[in-house]
Amino acid sequence: MSKSQKPTLTPAQLEYQSFARAREPKRPVLLNCFKAFLVGGLICAIGQGVSEFFLWHFDFTEKTAGNPTVAMMILFSVILTGVGVYDHIAQWSGAGTAIPVTGFANAMSSAAIEHRSEGLVLGVGANMFRLAGSVIVFGTFAAFIVALIKTLLAKAGGM
Amino acid sequence: MRQGRQTWLFKNKPVIIAGAAVGGPHEAKGPLAADFDLLHDDLWLEKDSFEKAQTKMLEEACDIALGKAGLSKQDIRFFLGGDLLNQIISTSFAARTLAVPFLGLYGACSTSMESLALGALIVDSRAGDHVLCGTVSHNAAVEKQYRYPTEYGAQKPPTAQWTVTGAGVALLSADGVGPRVTAATIGRIMDLGVSDPYNMGSAMAPAAVDTITVHSRDLHISLDEYDLIATGDLGRVGHGIAGDLLSRQGIKFASGKFTDCGILIYGPDQPGVMAGGSGCGCSATVAFGHIMHRIRRGELKKVLLVATGALLSPLSYQQQESIPCIAHAVSIEYSH
Repeated sequence: MSKSQKPTLTPAQLEYQSFARAREPKRPVLLNCFKAFLVGGLICAIGQGVSEFFLWHFDFTEKTAGNPTVAMMILFSVILTGVGVYDHIAQWSGAGTAIPVTGFANAMSSAAIEHRSEGLVLGVGANMFRLAGSVIVFGTFAAFIVALIKTLLAKAGGM
Repeated sequence: MRQGRQTWLFKNKPVIIAGAAVGGPHEAKGPLAADFDLLHDDLWLEKDSFEKAQTKMLEEACDIALGKAGLSKQDIRFFLGGDLLNQIISTSFAARTLAVPFLGLYGACSTSMESLALGALIVDSRAGDHVLCGTVSHNAAVEKQYRYPTEYGAQKPPTAQWTVTGAGVALLSADGVGPRVTAATIGRIMDLGVSDPYNMGSAMAPAAVDTITVHSRDLHISLDEYDLIATGDLGRVGHGIAGDLLSRQGIKFASGKFTDCGILIYGPDQPGVMAGGSGCGCSATVAFGHIMHRIRRGELKKVLLVATGALLSPLSYQQQESIPCIAHAVSIEYSH
């Protein structure tokens, strides 16, 4: 993934790319950030609502309400993916729908739906983690590193 | 026969005796809906996979073209075609149904004109009297292979293009009535280092410009001779860049004379397509449907169709290779 792997461009290629770039519509980054903030915040607010629901109506504590809340958010996301709405919301909201747990659920369920035609084992099973797999790999690895640092700090008497 | 560096001049002028275009639900909502012979409101086409649906569209387009010309499968000497799926399965499977001698081609979205140029070469040299040329793409099948699952929520940039669901077929014959293929310019690969698969218009524009200028130079003709020059699927972004590249070389067109199949196929009320249409089916359905109809109605006498192809694969993109691009031009004339 390093930049050094990229082939060096000739002057003609560089000249063309700046010529083309001047004629390409840019991603509206600021507007996208605002939309992502809005939708991401809304999803979190819904999550908070679901969490409150579990706290008030069932015998959950603030700590134990987390798991059923996440499960509900995943369920909402999978339903929206299944009926073909999630990708349209995502086009509008960008990172707002990608970053929360709903984005993770969408990545898994969309890949599972997509590859259903190749069967349950070679299709759904093998492809479900195609997009989400790297999140799990690097998420687990990052958690390991953080835990390691925390343990070392605790041993050193820092915490 | 060959004139200049890379142009074929067909002295027998093979005739496009029939053309057919089949489209999907998005194309049915577009401004060219009336130019399709058959439109499907369901992406699945009653099949259990998108890949099979893609095969079915190509089979339907072939049947329609044969029906229009009043020919049967036995009359077809050769079938030339390709698509975007790995190992061009849809075209090979459609060729299995047709059961005629078959040459599979891969030119990505330039396959429409690649097959038409080669088909014209076969007919012109009398190696075959009836040749079927065609290509197909299916939005969901192609996106599945090249990008993300259909329902995955990834935000596309404004330079992205929408893969057309459609099949376009042209039936070439040594004689008959219809638009005639007079010349074809085979493009060379242009790679100006663009590596973003969500910006294929920019990647392909130089290839289209190169082929157009070579065509005019090889044949010693002015591009003003053409009533219409339609590039393949550059979309709004790539087409704008191609126009500016040409005008930098002193080539300017009257308004409406230089257009793009990727722009024509969808309307401004379809913002989901972003910069326009793409895919094998884009230039094939627009050229063999819409533009053939305009030629037959007498609105256009001489047309240059320049189909552009981005010859990347998901693997080459992940390995950070840039996108090699190609464009093939076919000149079509019709005198009433």
